[in-house]
Amino acid sequence: MSLTSTRGDRGRRRRGARRFTRRDRIVLGVLLGLAILIDLFIVWGPTLASIGLSFTNYDGVSDIGWVGLDNYRTAFTEYPQFWPAVRHNLMWLGFLGLVATPFGLFLAVLIDRGVRFSRFYQSAIYLPVVLSLAIVGFIAQLVFSRDQGALNALLGRQDNPIDWIGDPDINIWMVMIAAAWRHTGYVMILYLAGLKAVDATLKEAAAIDGASERQTFFRVVFPTLRPVNIIVMVITVIEALRAFDIVYAINRGRNGLELLSVLVTDNIIGEASRIGFGSAIAVVLLVLSLGFVVTYLVQELRGEKNR
Amino acid sequence: MSVAPAPAPTKATKPVSAPGSRPRRRGRWGTQIFLTAVSLGFLAPLLLAVYASLRPYDETAEEGYFSLPKSLSFDYYEQAFNDSEMTKYFVNTLIIAVPGVLIVLFLASFVAFAVSRLRMRGGIVLVMLFTAGNLLPQQVIITPLYALFNQIELPYWMSDSYLMYDSYWAVLAVQVGFQLGFCVFVLANFMRTLPQEIIEAAIVDGAGVWTQYWRITLPLCRPALAALGTLQFTWMYNDFLWALVFINTGDKLPITSALNNLSGQYFTDHNLLAAGSVIVAAPTIIVFLLLQRHFIAGLTLGSSKG
Repeated sequence: MSLTSTRGDRGRRRRGARRFTRRDRIVLGVLLGLAILIDLFIVWGPTLASIGLSFTNYDGVSDIGWVGLDNYRTAFTEYPQFWPAVRHNLMWLGFLGLVATPFGLFLAVLIDRGVRFSRFYQSAIYLPVVLSLAIVGFIAQLVFSRDQGALNALLGRQDNPIDWIGDPDINIWMVMIAAAWRHTGYVMILYLAGLKAVDATLKEAAAIDGASERQTFFRVVFPTLRPVNIIVMVITVIEALRAFDIVYAINRGRNGLELLSVLVTDNIIGEASRIGFGSAIAVVLLVLSLGFVVTYLVQELRGEKNR
Repeated sequence: MSVAPAPAPTKATKPVSAPGSRPRRRGRWGTQIFLTAVSLGFLAPLLLAVYASLRPYDETAEEGYFSLPKSLSFDYYEQAFNDSEMTKYFVNTLIIAVPGVLIVLFLASFVAFAVSRLRMRGGIVLVMLFTAGNLLPQQVIITPLYALFNQIELPYWMSDSYLMYDSYWAVLAVQVGFQLGFCVFVLANFMRTLPQEIIEAAIVDGAGVWTQYWRITLPLCRPALAALGTLQFTWMYNDFLWALVFINTGDKLPITSALNNLSGQYFTDHNLLAAGSVIVAAPTIIVFLLLQRHFIAGLTLGSSKG
């Protein structure tokens, strides 16, 4: 009994091995190996190295010295831009997550109901997504600039203009609106695809059971969108933590527009070249994103098993 | 060639308007007006950029962007194109983006093929490894790469700085490495929807792994590859950060980073900047309008799996 079962196992394994000839194994080894090597070399190796470097005072030139948690202590207690940057990143996350993402979903639902000209709406709302974030930053300056900007003209404030981009109390909001301009279309297109895949009979059944349109959406349709919801959540978090181009294009991330990503970049390519310190800030960014990434992967793995 | 918007949407062929086709729905007009307003609102900044780029600085400085034009001209386009030597930067972008897209699609499709078609053990782990890598914030990997590229020496014919730093190779390598994750994820999901019998038939006929991949699987993936290629090209074209960090010589910058040169240290002619932005945005907008279906399919390919 047990003998046959082991034989069966081994037989299967051997068949698996024999499936590949020598040439096959070379092809697999070279191409898979190349891809994995690139991934480790470009993504995972540097990630680990970042964590390691964050405990050192490396500056790119002199020898590496171990400084323990000093970089983190400096960032948390002395570096003046650190906490504003954290706050801005979290505001960014909140704004995208609570305003832009729901708005994108709302637009997707409206368009999915089958209005006329839906293709036009879809394209117009989606168009900003193809723009470079740097260009979004430049266009934001046209709208929000103090003396010639369209917004002040629209509000009739030429005589008493508001400096939307220069005032450190309000400029982060204007930049987040510009970011949301792009994010909304992205979310909308993902939900539109998701909504099209929803089984129409579900909605019909709900309607027959006397559910209102709102009930149908929240109780029937929305739960079936779960895979899309997860993707949208991950994208929202990642976009919020990665935000960089827009503020860098506007004023290099200063004067009220500090972000963690800007601080990392400034510390490594600036004159100071404080690589160890920059890494510590990058690790803070990594820790912030990791929670969401892990949640996502667990979901994916679970889905994989059910497949 | 038609593109399936998603690998396995069961009801993809149903007309979109099915639920809404009932006549005289309440609030129909309201919906139309609202969507029109939102659409115009979304287009407005772009139209403003085009409008501003056509007007001289003196005029908008005096009257603001929200005024009727006295003179319209393409002067700024000429200036933006010539002053900042746009052609050169366009070429720089293409030097990075074209090989980047081809390499990333080739490697990612092979990994996806190995994982989803050959049913290799540990395949899931491999996909996870790649996908998770794509989700990391770029700044996490920048610092060590910056230090590393400064250590790697290249011969002169590859890089005139003799280093990997400040060469196209650095940006190309990072683009490929970073985008691999997304492409593997999307293509693996797509390939799972292809019938496994085709591969089995090929194995019976004695086809090797390469034949199974290149001759049998890839042709079936054409729609997915077209969609993903369009999307990846746009992303690599739009990149700003990698070049900013890894390239030092102004002449080697890609187009988006070069746009920064148009804004002066103390004085910025916003109209010139608008013209530059429009020029830089034009290729992506044209690609989007021409290949809209591919583009959207590429984004949604990975998300709505059955």
